[in-house]
Amino acid sequence: MENLWTNYRWAIIAIVIVAIAFLMSAYIVEEEDQVVVIRTGEPVRTVNTPGGDSEAGLYLRIPLLESVRVIEKRVLDLEMTEEEVLSNDQQRLLVDAYARFRIVDPIRMVERAGTTDGVRTALEPILNSALRQELGRRTFAAMLTAERGTALANVRANLDREARQYGAEVIDVQIKRTDLPSGRPLESAFQRMESDREREARTIRAQGTRDARIIRAEADAEAARIYAESFGKDERFYDFYRAMQSYEQSFARGEGRGDSSIILSPDNEYLRQFRGRR
Amino acid sequence: MQIFDRLRERFAMAGQGLAMAGKKNPWGSSGNKGGGSGGGDGATPPSGDGDKPEGPRNPWLPGGSSGDGQKRGGRRSASIEDIFKNRGPEGPRRGGGGGSGFRLPERPGGKSWVPIVIVSIGILFLILSSMHLVEPREKAVVKTLGNYSRTLDSGLHFTLPFPLETVDIEDVEGVRAVNIPGSGERAKLILTGDQNLVDLSYIVRWRIADLPDFKFQLAEPIETVNEVAEAAMRASVAEKTLDETFTGAGRAEIQQRVRERMQETLDAYRAGITVVGVEIEKADPPGDVVDAFRDVSVAEQDADRARNQARGYAQQTIAGAEGEAEAFDKVYEQYRLAPEVTRQRLYYETMERVLAQTDKTIVEADGVTPYLPLPELRRRANQSAEITARPQQNTQGQ
Repeated sequence: MENLWTNYRWAIIAIVIVAIAFLMSAYIVEEEDQVVVIRTGEPVRTVNTPGGDSEAGLYLRIPLLESVRVIEKRVLDLEMTEEEVLSNDQQRLLVDAYARFRIVDPIRMVERAGTTDGVRTALEPILNSALRQELGRRTFAAMLTAERGTALANVRANLDREARQYGAEVIDVQIKRTDLPSGRPLESAFQRMESDREREARTIRAQGTRDARIIRAEADAEAARIYAESFGKDERFYDFYRAMQSYEQSFARGEGRGDSSIILSPDNEYLRQFRGRR
Repeated sequence: MQIFDRLRERFAMAGQGLAMAGKKNPWGSSGNKGGGSGGGDGATPPSGDGDKPEGPRNPWLPGGSSGDGQKRGGRRSASIEDIFKNRGPEGPRRGGGGGSGFRLPERPGGKSWVPIVIVSIGILFLILSSMHLVEPREKAVVKTLGNYSRTLDSGLHFTLPFPLETVDIEDVEGVRAVNIPGSGERAKLILTGDQNLVDLSYIVRWRIADLPDFKFQLAEPIETVNEVAEAAMRASVAEKTLDETFTGAGRAEIQQRVRERMQETLDAYRAGITVVGVEIEKADPPGDVVDAFRDVSVAEQDADRARNQARGYAQQTIAGAEGEAEAFDKVYEQYRLAPEVTRQRLYYETMERVLAQTDKTIVEADGVTPYLPLPELRRRANQSAEITARPQQNTQGQ
């Protein structure tokens, strides 16, 4: 050990110095990141930027003089929660939106915004106002439905224009939620739903009654047809036949019927034989 | 270094205990045995232990300062060189305590073990960090000095060791499911196209389609899936009316649309994610108006009941009519065969039945209108009924 030290002292010192120098100057750029190299406060070059020449990997910098700023390369999100937006028919709506953006010009970003959070804080009010402006031109119903595709495209374009100043590119703006504000708007919506249902229930019940009456009437008509078809074959006989049934119903003793007394005249047809005439 | 020292102490204690029990030290050579147990342990182990000023042995303390150390013949502070050098021809320097019990077997040439240990640890580390077992459902991305270089399929793979290449293994076959709203989250009401609210909960199932994209395109892929799902769901529900969200067909359409929308958006982000499916678990009216919705279904049942009752009436009526008509037809058939006789027979039979059950009075004289004591007759009839009833009651009473 001591021999090694005495014999190769300078070589060892040199190796150690080189190693330290290497560790101080080398840096690894990950695939997920992009890097801006800042020399005495001045951004001088970038690594692994979208569309740039250099890829992620091992790079060198001048130690002490140059510092490295690591910036996310992947798509980031910018959220806007629970903003009240007024439609052009004066209805209020709570909107949650998000924008997806990506840093495409890290040098500009470092100069103008500093960090990605700086970009976020810069873009947030812009997203907010762009969304308000765009949705405010539409009616409440249009805000909900298909038209929001074009509205969001406009918002994205506006936001993108602003974002470029901070070295960012806006990929997409989406409305995550559209809600009615709690309190009166929500309550009136509930009331409307309720009255809607009441109307529906009433209609359904009425339809049921109507159908029932029709079914009954049809049955009555059908019965009448059946009677007519059968009895119409001989009206005189039917008269007789039905009269017999009727007498039996009217005069015969039975449950719930009054007692009957019959006074017969001797001329009665029934007593024809009784008199012994002929 | 201190760790080695401590380890050595432990082994030393174990060795001492074993020596006291009269057994061979498992690590020691025969020479060691002579030094360790022969010296004084056999004679005065209790006094040796009792001499110690402090209770538990402190492995971090320099040996020389404590009485224990003095007794051991001036044990020096922890130096790994010492520990490993304290053997060989001159024998263990430590007389008592059996401290020299632990010793690696001699290495030919009398060289140090240190480099060998360090090198073998290094080799082990290199092997472990360069050998990667990727399971069948998994894939892995390899970054060479931070730069994405390749994707590994399942199987055993070798890469350059750690600082040069890093490997990130991810389950790519497994379908992940997200419940929205998540457990514990309060229900979120979604606006339908007709400006009603619906309480929806659904499951989004997705999996990784392209691992490098999944790793390197989105900063928060999982978060993104959730947000994209919510945006797509709200946009799709806004295209439908409230009633459509409750029906099976409407739901199926919504699910389909949400899936398409999500896929479109995620593809635009190059997220490397495939949306496997979207399932609406529950589509309910909001809690505040649920009574009104229940009333609608009650109304439907009411209407159905009314219809059913009417149908029952209809069947009864028609069956009655058919029966009556059929009866008439039968009689009429017979009547046609012998009209006069049948007519007479029917007449007499009916009169019989009618007159048999009624009171009859026949008025003979012409032009005379006799007083008809109809009420009287009736009373008499009732009385006779009572009279006949009474004796029965009496007999019952007696």
